Amino acid sequence: MRSEDFKFISQLLHDRSGLMLTEDKVYLLESRLTPLARKRGLDGLESLIQKLKLSRDTALTNDIVEAMTTNESFFFRDNTPFDLFKQYVLPAMEKGRGSGKRLRIWCAAASTGQEPYSLAIILREAWHKWRDWNIEIIGTDLSSQVLDKAVEGVYSQFEVQRGLPIQMLIKYFQQEGDVWRLNNDIRSMVKFRKFNLLDNFAGLGKFDVIFCRNVLIYFDQPTKSGVLNRMRKTLSDDGALFLGAAETVLGITDQFKPVTGQRGLYVPTGGKSEELMGLNG
Amino acid sequence: MKTCLVVDDSRVIRKVARRILEELDFEVVEAVDGQDALDACDRDMPDAVLLDWNMPVMDGLEFMKRLRAQEGVEQPIVVFCTTENDMAHIRTAIEAGANEYIMKPFDREIIEAKFVQVGLI
Ligand SMILES: C[S@@+](CC[C@H](N)C(=O)[O-])C[C@H]1O[C@@H](n2cnc3c(N)ncnc32)[C@H](O)[C@@H]1O
Repeated sequence: MRSEDFKFISQLLHDRSGLMLTEDKVYLLESRLTPLARKRGLDGLESLIQKLKLSRDTALTNDIVEAMTTNESFFFRDNTPFDLFKQYVLPAMEKGRGSGKRLRIWCAAASTGQEPYSLAIILREAWHKWRDWNIEIIGTDLSSQVLDKAVEGVYSQFEVQRGLPIQMLIKYFQQEGDVWRLNNDIRSMVKFRKFNLLDNFAGLGKFDVIFCRNVLIYFDQPTKSGVLNRMRKTLSDDGALFLGAAETVLGITDQFKPVTGQRGLYVPTGGKSEELMGLNG
Repeated sequence: MKTCLVVDDSRVIRKVARRILEELDFEVVEAVDGQDALDACDRDMPDAVLLDWNMPVMDGLEFMKRLRAQEGVEQPIVVFCTTENDMAHIRTAIEAGANEYIMKPFDREIIEAKFVQVGLI
């Protein structure tokens, strides 16, 4: 691939999704975009890039951006964040929000839905506490393709075996031939919506908990800082933020700080979250 | 090092499972059917059992029922690993005392995820 073409396409991806593509990832462009080019009757990646250069084709650009995202996800991924959510964050919310009984949770890169649905399952497992609360779980992603799957709530045998305890499968899924459909009582707890993390967060409202896992790793430093700083504004002062196992706030923003000894959990700097969670000192 | 008894009548499956489990730091013992597995447990109770369902001589469910009926022994964690992949079989196994359930085909990732869930890893 010509380096001028690489620059063009990586710039486009960066502008549209934040994705940072280094030259050693050229093979990713080839493997993910060649099928897309063929589908459009073009003979390969090079023609695809020429076409983009000649005309601004929004639909094509979207398809390219979506094709370049990594959408892997699984239920209760890494376990720990979900344990921390259950053990510290929810009790803190019960204490802190007891009068209003309102809880808003945002999964900011929800992909095919396993992450928000895992949170819904955790809440459902303690439903006696939460049934009279007004709970919103909002899953967003820039890719409509993954969101369609998320909304449907249908998973393959392979997907339901990665991270989902068998008891949860029995309790919350129906088998339909080769696939497993999530029950409506869980599905209806999560709302999905298309949203780009590079866009303005103002329309989303305030959240108590944000899961933003395994998406910042694809961004460059300024984009990471930008997203986290804006997230701080949408998160309540005593809220909680979860990042992926390979992600951190250190050296990226001073708006959040890691909670000592609790991997993946971050809280607003200077806020009262840790106190509410009973985690200070 | 934890021990895992792999019970399957297919030599190929036992071999694949052994390789995965050894990579996960388990000491592996093999049995070819339920009766063979009971004998193995009598000799030396493992920490975990990876258990096929359909086998000659004695099937996996029967083995587990007899195992669970034994009193005064340290009970191992039992993870079914079978092509019986419908809800009815899953329920039956869990109600009879299985800790987890893997639907074949399996790979390293699935075994690891399930073993983490039941606290073996
Ligand atoms: C690897 S998945 C993470 C899924 C889930 N959070 C998890 O940890 O299992 C990353 C997701 O981020 C989405 N994504 C990438 N860039 C994005 C952006 N700028 N705005 C919103 N979502 C984005 C991708 O479409 C993809 O579905």
